[in-house]
Amino acid sequence: MIPELGAGALMVALGLAVYGSAAAAIGGRTGRAALVESAQHAALAVFTLVTACLLLLAWAFLSFDFSVRYVANNTNLGTPFYYRLTAVWGALEGSIVLWAWMLSVYTLIVVVRHRTNARELYPWVLSVMLGVLAFFLLVMTVPAPVFQRLMPVPSNGRGLNPLLEDSGMITHPVALYLGFTGFTVPFAFAIAALVTGRVGDSWITTTRRWTITAWYFLSLGLLIGGWWSYHVLGWGGYWAWDPVENAAFMPWLTGTAFLHSVMIQERRRMLRLWNLALVIMTFALTLFGTFLTRSGVIASVHAFTQGSIGVFFLSFLAVVLVLALGLLAWRWDALGAQGELDSVVSRESAFLLNNVLLIAATFTVFFGTVFPLLSEAVRGVKVSVGMPFFNQVNVPLFLGLIFLMGVGPLIAWRRASLENLRRNFLWPVAVGIGAAAVFRLLGVRSTVAVLALALTVFVAVTIAVDLVRATRARLRTGERFPRALGGLLLRHNRRYGGFAVHLGILIVAIGVTGSQAWSVQTETTLRRGEHTDLAGYRVRFDGLAGSEESNHFKVTGTFTVGDGRARGTVLHPAKKFYPQEQSPIAYVDYRLGLREDVYLVLGDFARDGSQATVRLQVNRLVSWIWIGGVVLTLGTALSLVPERRRTGAAQAAPA
Amino acid sequence: MKPKFLVGGGVIAAALAYMIYAGVTQSAVYFVTPSELGSAPVAGKAYRLGGMVERGSVHWEPRTLALTFALSDGKASVPVRHKGAPPDLFGEGRGAVVEGSWSPEGYFRATHIMAKHSEEYKAPHDTSQAGVKEMMRTLSGDSR
Repeated sequence: MIPELGAGALMVALGLAVYGSAAAAIGGRTGRAALVESAQHAALAVFTLVTACLLLLAWAFLSFDFSVRYVANNTNLGTPFYYRLTAVWGALEGSIVLWAWMLSVYTLIVVVRHRTNARELYPWVLSVMLGVLAFFLLVMTVPAPVFQRLMPVPSNGRGLNPLLEDSGMITHPVALYLGFTGFTVPFAFAIAALVTGRVGDSWITTTRRWTITAWYFLSLGLLIGGWWSYHVLGWGGYWAWDPVENAAFMPWLTGTAFLHSVMIQERRRMLRLWNLALVIMTFALTLFGTFLTRSGVIASVHAFTQGSIGVFFLSFLAVVLVLALGLLAWRWDALGAQGELDSVVSRESAFLLNNVLLIAATFTVFFGTVFPLLSEAVRGVKVSVGMPFFNQVNVPLFLGLIFLMGVGPLIAWRRASLENLRRNFLWPVAVGIGAAAVFRLLGVRSTVAVLALALTVFVAVTIAVDLVRATRARLRTGERFPRALGGLLLRHNRRYGGFAVHLGILIVAIGVTGSQAWSVQTETTLRRGEHTDLAGYRVRFDGLAGSEESNHFKVTGTFTVGDGRARGTVLHPAKKFYPQEQSPIAYVDYRLGLREDVYLVLGDFARDGSQATVRLQVNRLVSWIWIGGVVLTLGTALSLVPERRRTGAAQAAPA
Repeated sequence: MKPKFLVGGGVIAAALAYMIYAGVTQSAVYFVTPSELGSAPVAGKAYRLGGMVERGSVHWEPRTLALTFALSDGKASVPVRHKGAPPDLFGEGRGAVVEGSWSPEGYFRATHIMAKHSEEYKAPHDTSQAGVKEMMRTLSGDSR
């Protein structure tokens, strides 16, 4: 009964979303408020129905309803309670449900927040949101029916993919999808601005918080994905330039560009066309990513379920692009720049260059990802470009971006005088160059590593210089220190939130640089009692033991890691044998540290437990990537603190 | 738009084009099947070779970490050598993709064996399960 209820609810929701989208559009066109109001009711109903579907699906998982194909494919009687819940979005069909549900939540928030403060744009925003929602509901009904029955009903299900039985899988997709769906809101506002011809700056100020929130969740999703890859997949890395990763990284790059270029528009009324194009591109890339990973056109280690869903996404992507580009062409005359770039040495130029580099990186990632398709179409041979390509081309771009991270926030608008440059950058540049020399003397050989670390120091000093100067100014007015600093951060929370986010990115950059430059590994076979040495660590193999877990067998190795100083740590890398899987799954064990992680992967082993092959890695500075994520979170939170000062100004600004 | 910005944009575009061109030529990896590789192997060129691991061809020497096997596409078979333990998803009669280069001594030197994760499930294998249970017995007997 429950599956039929769910499937029925989806059909009704689809109908209502289509109706609501049309009603809102007609309401917006004719100015009939009743129609827009009716669309609002439709949005509320869609939200209720999709929520009901999600709950029904969760209930089907909790109650082991194997008559539902999706449940039977992704759970079995041994799946623990919490993984039965996360299995709801463990595979394709369920993840679309989650996506649609988040979209319906966002639609509702748009109704609540912008019903009154964006009157002209609002009907069209609602129409676009419901239109996109309708597409996802269509996907849920036709190519990926989540409530499809399975006949005959099996007595047990197949079980969740063991790799997904991890806490990272609870949070990673949720964060990623919140990011993806979040960009629908600025996109909807951009389309509304184009349709109504109000292509001024109001859509940008209204969606600032949406953009930051979406960007934040996308960043978080990427970082958690890296963490999952690092501690589950057992290859010892966090990023492999796999098509699936690239698919999520491209909208992050364009989203980051958008986040910065809107500041130029807010301040200088420039880049109108560019900003509209960027947000359209970002939204299109979220769809493209789903198409890429779900259609099977690109081979990926992730190998998701494939099917006709790719065609649906490609068609929708085509519709979105044709409509959006058509609207851009239609409003071309209104999109001319009002401001002009005055000087190459100015904040506008720094931001523009930041955008150019981010778009260049997006293009590079796109090109590298679809390269096998291109080469097969053009030359008839299948050629791929792997990690070396992405690293080689992107490293200079990212170094440039880090440099601009230091320049952009401090350099003067319009035209920077020599005095301005000296005042802001003399110290940072001097300290940066000094740091480069010190890193060289300390024996850092890689030029890229020296450059990356020195640039990081440069940016950190620019932030410090700014903070010290502004705090001093407040101290002069008689405020005491903690109050002066706190007041400063809160009063200019956008600026200092942004600085903190930059700091987070810098910390991530340090982690990436360190792990790329200095990580070492070895693989060896040890008899019981034997040991191997790497980077000052001595790892001894103490034996193997088997155990039976709720849904799998586990062979656990015991290794003692000594570093010559303290008492040894005992690590337990294992191999898990799931009955539904043909091959075992490695379960890595590690000791995390600020300086380095000791990371052990159990390879092959003798059945009598007398010897085991083990891969030992000493991964340097990786923890800083996760610490950077925490700083980034704090920075985003600071930048989203409601502003008392600016609210008046934003409404007074001419559209 | 002032000319100097156009020139700057042009310089950036040219630099990017060059970096991409250099990146592609240096890191291009050619997808081949065993019969394609067998007919015209070029030593030193980077290949990604995909095929089926031939039954009875796998030899794994834990002490020296030497792993040898043959990849086949039904028509041709290529001997492969790798240093390192076989990855989890590796097995006889199953598909595998290896990355590496052709050695003039007449074998494929794999630097990387790619594991393919799948969302799809096979029906539980009674035979493999029995094997695991057997292994569990040996291991637990051993630890006591």
